[in-house]
Amino acid sequence: MKSLQKPTIAGVGFTKITAHWKQSLKDLASEAAVKALNDAGNPEINAIIVGNMLSGIINGQENLGSLVAESIGLSGVSSVKIEAACASGSAAVMWACLSVLSDLFDSVLVVGVEKMTDVTDNEDVTSALATAADYDYEVFFGATFPSLNAMIMRSYAKTYNLSPEDFGYLPILMHKNAVDVSHAQLRFPIDMDGYLNSPMVSDPLKLFDCAPIGDGAAALVITKKDGAKNSDHLVEIAGFGSATDTLATYRREDLSRLRAAELATTRALSMAGLESKDFDIVQIHDAFSVIGYLNLEALGIVERGKAHEFVASGDAERSGALPVNPEGGLKARGHPVGATGVYQIAELALQLSDRAGPSQIENPNVGVAMNVGGTGSNVFVHILRRVE
Amino acid sequence: MWAYRLNIPSHWRLLSERYRLAGGYCENCGHKMFPKQKICPKCGSEKIKPVELPRRGKVITYTIVQTPPRGFEYYTPYILAIIELEDGTRVFGQLTDIEPSEIQEGMEVEMTIRKVRVSGESGAIAYAYKFRPLE
Repeated sequence: MKSLQKPTIAGVGFTKITAHWKQSLKDLASEAAVKALNDAGNPEINAIIVGNMLSGIINGQENLGSLVAESIGLSGVSSVKIEAACASGSAAVMWACLSVLSDLFDSVLVVGVEKMTDVTDNEDVTSALATAADYDYEVFFGATFPSLNAMIMRSYAKTYNLSPEDFGYLPILMHKNAVDVSHAQLRFPIDMDGYLNSPMVSDPLKLFDCAPIGDGAAALVITKKDGAKNSDHLVEIAGFGSATDTLATYRREDLSRLRAAELATTRALSMAGLESKDFDIVQIHDAFSVIGYLNLEALGIVERGKAHEFVASGDAERSGALPVNPEGGLKARGHPVGATGVYQIAELALQLSDRAGPSQIENPNVGVAMNVGGTGSNVFVHILRRVE
Repeated sequence: MWAYRLNIPSHWRLLSERYRLAGGYCENCGHKMFPKQKICPKCGSEKIKPVELPRRGKVITYTIVQTPPRGFEYYTPYILAIIELEDGTRVFGQLTDIEPSEIQEGMEVEMTIRKVRVSGESGAIAYAYKFRPLE
């Protein structure tokens, strides 16, 4: 039997995240895809997997497999869209890895894309994002995505006796990190007063707890190490894992932890043959401050209830013991939902091949990315390793 | 934006859940659930019977929505909560007959039927459970 070779990232590409008024979903997807293909030395692509959450609702466009293939001159190639709410991007990456590991495909192109600003009213974006929750038992009653996370935040704060300030450390660090990142959406610093005085979105969740709305696309070429053309910047996907939890938040017994995130972490670590202490750099899903903290805990980096202390201590800074989201994370780099998981993994791949530019941290060897769909109902973890 | 239009068939087929808190009871392990599922999430048994859940419970956690989705602008701000019923089953819904400043975790509430949403000027008007403070 043929030995199992790890899937390898051979090429990376992404667009800036912003309100791209002049560019369509197709324009963004093809821009990122072409950059990734060029970065990989333009190998023959056997399949395309598109990660996207909201194109049907917001853009009136489904069948993105065909749309994206045609937009980059690859009509004829097998191509589908994969959806797992805000984790659609990393879901696409995981299924690309499985495709390559099947030995049926040599090279797979992953494109995560979201074009959110084609609707211009907040109420409509809020409605679209709420489709990640349970329509019949949550959304029907007026649940919004922030409101469900706000209930988790209240529960977590009560369980561990956290103050409003404690949730501010993470968004403040994310904004600080994004200032010199050219593809980031919010490139300005915020301070604790600004955080505490930001408007309430869904009490106790404030505006500065929330990732912004934006458009963007990110792409990866995933291949086998031996088949890669450009071998100077390969990064191995050493392990991956995913898990689900109840669709509705109310059907979980413990609101101050993310079970699916814990399971996905265990699975990814087991496949990689690594432990949490091996991480040199971390990408967490800080769509809301509390979810960022719960990610750090599920990854086994800090004890439950202690994530805010870890971030406040400076250990999560670029120069700290374990840098977290050096490009600014969802909060400041941006969160074009179905593209986010691909951005996380693309940024890690650049870090692990010393190509991250101003956000480069010193000599990382192992990185992990956690991407969360829903309020923790569908979680994907990828562990990346430098190729020597 | 059609994502928030109330779809009449989906409301109609859930009337027992929305008017009477119809849930499920596992005959194998005794677990109660809302809504009723095909398989018990605790023990995996398929022997699930319909059951009406208790109408009293307490607030586990809550939020006050200041940024509403389409269709809920009129009600804003409104209160959403997770309620643990007397038998331990959890449900999610709006609190009513209460000011935001009066809510506390652990407070006792009871089910009532109220108008939950109106879908556009000529759309369906949906009634369902909300929870109000226990007198």
